[in-house]
Amino acid sequence: MIRSLLFIPGNNPGMLLNADVHGADAIILDLEDAVSPDQKDAARILVRNAVRALSYNTQLVIRVNPLGTDYYLDDLKAVVPLKPDFIMPTKVDGEEYIKDLAERLTAFEKENGLEEGKIKIIPLIETAEGIENAFRIAKASKRVFGLFLGAEDYSADLRAHRTKEGDEILYARGRILNAARAAAIEAFDTPFTDVNDEEGLEKDAFLAREMGFTGKAAISPRHVSGINKAFSPTKAEIDYAYEVLMAIEEGIRLGKGAVSLRGKMIDKPIVDRAKRVVETAKILGLGGYENE
Amino acid sequence: MSKLVSTLREAMEKAGLKSGMTISFHHHLRNGDYVLNMVLEEAEKMGVRDLGVEASSIFDVHAPIIDHIRNGVVTRLGTNYMGAKVGKAITQGVMDTPVIFRTHGGRPNAIETGKIKIDIAFVAAPCADAAGNANGIYGKSACGSMGYAVSDAKCAQKTIVITDTLMPYPLSPASIEETNVDFVVKVDEIGDAKGIVSGTTQITRDPVGLKIAQTAADVIRHSGYLENGFSFQTGAGGASLAVTKFLKPIMREKGVKGSFGLGGITSYMVDMLKEGYFEKLMDVQCFDLGAVASLRENPNHIEVSASRYASPGVKSACVDHLDTVILGATQVDLDFNVNVHTDSNGFIMGGSGGHSDTAAGAKLAIIVAPLYRARLPIVVDRVHTKSTPGSTVDVLVTQRGIAVNPEREELKRRLVKGGLPVFDISELKNLAERVTGTPEEISKGGRVVAKVEYRDGTIIDEIRSVE
Amino acid sequence: MKISKSAAAGSMESNDAMILIEPGEGDVEIAIESVVMRQFGKQIESAVKSVLDEYEIDDARVWVRDKGAVECTLRARTETAILRALKEEAK
Repeated sequence: MIRSLLFIPGNNPGMLLNADVHGADAIILDLEDAVSPDQKDAARILVRNAVRALSYNTQLVIRVNPLGTDYYLDDLKAVVPLKPDFIMPTKVDGEEYIKDLAERLTAFEKENGLEEGKIKIIPLIETAEGIENAFRIAKASKRVFGLFLGAEDYSADLRAHRTKEGDEILYARGRILNAARAAAIEAFDTPFTDVNDEEGLEKDAFLAREMGFTGKAAISPRHVSGINKAFSPTKAEIDYAYEVLMAIEEGIRLGKGAVSLRGKMIDKPIVDRAKRVVETAKILGLGGYENE
Repeated sequence: MSKLVSTLREAMEKAGLKSGMTISFHHHLRNGDYVLNMVLEEAEKMGVRDLGVEASSIFDVHAPIIDHIRNGVVTRLGTNYMGAKVGKAITQGVMDTPVIFRTHGGRPNAIETGKIKIDIAFVAAPCADAAGNANGIYGKSACGSMGYAVSDAKCAQKTIVITDTLMPYPLSPASIEETNVDFVVKVDEIGDAKGIVSGTTQITRDPVGLKIAQTAADVIRHSGYLENGFSFQTGAGGASLAVTKFLKPIMREKGVKGSFGLGGITSYMVDMLKEGYFEKLMDVQCFDLGAVASLRENPNHIEVSASRYASPGVKSACVDHLDTVILGATQVDLDFNVNVHTDSNGFIMGGSGGHSDTAAGAKLAIIVAPLYRARLPIVVDRVHTKSTPGSTVDVLVTQRGIAVNPEREELKRRLVKGGLPVFDISELKNLAERVTGTPEEISKGGRVVAKVEYRDGTIIDEIRSVE
Repeated sequence: MKISKSAAAGSMESNDAMILIEPGEGDVEIAIESVVMRQFGKQIESAVKSVLDEYEIDDARVWVRDKGAVECTLRARTETAILRALKEEAK
């Protein structure tokens, strides 16, 4: 269950030390944009040591430098032995990129005596071309776990003006989401970039959740709790989901063909949604009928 | 007879200052105070030596006292808090007689019971009239409450009010009353406004501090003490103030109306008063301009003396009514004893202030501190200096979990039930040391340079010199 | 192995350390300045020494300016400095 993914700069020892205390479901240790070119070597070694020494209690994502740079292979070589849950490749523009990455991962897994295919991929899609190819990227390898939209680089690529409301990325959000769901994988939303605007963050996270995203990234620990809140079902939603499931059970027991609740027909999408909500609530340990 | 004299020197002479006496100061002007230095400089010029100084706190701005100690003008010192600058010199052994550290409640008790005999109290007053009525809410050096000066003025043989803003008689309100004042002096400036109070006190932006504060607020939520009539104190620094930010929505959600906020007051607490989260503020010290303005304008914002705030010797004090206090620490040991006097190398850089008074009084005393500061773990086998006894501390909150005093079984049960990450305190220590390594203990070699007097007057620890 | 070019790694930020490695005078010499010298001086020295040993470096001078870095950080900075010095040499 990944609602929140927190970016941690890879060359910052103080932040690495406390990376997993902020309540994020996953942390993204960043070797790419948060690290200046002359410190790529230092960050790679620091991240390696930190992961080994600190045994993080969250899901672990490592963001690596893009294919085509000098750092790409060095990054992969250094991080595969750390057995992260996910690798996040950057500036992913098409399926060839993911195929290349998957092959390299397989080779490095073999080299390190690791189980093949264990490390999943969350491609960061942040170019116009990447958005166009989103579905193919999603289907490029069994390792692809979810698509992640990076709206800052993407809106620059569009020559769009980036706003808090995000009208300029509505298409990209929809496209990513549709591609991910069509491929039966997850979709993760771009971070909200104003660190001081907690209200704006909550609005943005709520919008992403309403659109269907699985979770959202954060560039500040202060955004984590707002994201977790937005992507967790509310008590009313959980209660309703249990009511739906109970009504269905009752209907089956009584041999009814159609079941209605509060005067509304319960059809399959409603049942599916209710099942998802209950499952999520159970994973998160949130209250509902069962726990009361 | 007019009390108004034209110079500080004249007031000091008229009050009969001579060698061997004990003089006192309050610290409401904090790091902006000019008065303590002014008086000691004048005393030196008068040829006075061997003075005892009883200052409710010593800040870095008071560093000139180090020279006055070296040249024999000051030979004894009592205080409740000492900043790192003077603290370093004291720890290095600049003074022969050990400093006596007291608490904000223990000091007025010692004064009122005659344990401390003050010959002359020097009361820095942001405004005063010619008869000596004084308060801290008007004037260019406004500091708000003058609570720490009240016992001094009342019990000293002679009291000199020093002000830079002379007002027409009768000044009201009178935090210090004319009945206790012998002389009044007007000087150009009693302090530097910038060092006295800040504009507004900012809540920490440090994510680890915020995480700790959020957890502390959750501890309060599940403690069983958050009910109508709830009373609360928190400091102005680090994670402490941030607890208020997270407590607010919890109080709103639970519909809890608090009775009073206590202690050093910040504008954050003022906002909570205005918004109806608390009925009253009981204020012994203002930390920012918002607090000063509120004390001036809001009748529900009440000035209290140090004695009423925290003395263990009075029939009852505010701390005895306190539900929850949030406190800091430089070290906490396996018995929950807290050190706020010395740093990791054994140098003095603080003091109890109201730490042990509020811990003793409050039903729930919560220590907030990061599990490690850089490489130094917060939980140690034995604190370098025992400032507050572990028997009065209930919960330690860190970013990686909390520990509950084993004496508080019921509280622990509630917090576990509330879903808080409760550990044994030794587990927190191990958790930290797995990352930091185990620090070597600092040797406790040198001679005694300070004694820590608990609020009841017993000596609970000694601080030794470091070379 | 001998270090023949000097290189540095790390920073003077809190929780970090700055490691400077340079040619030695026939043996390994480690000079440490640390905010936690009293508590961790010996552990800092042995951490730096063990990384030098891993790279079989027996002739170098190492300056450590430590701002409270934990062991995994100290070791990372030392390793980075060594690799940078060796890379300089290979140029």
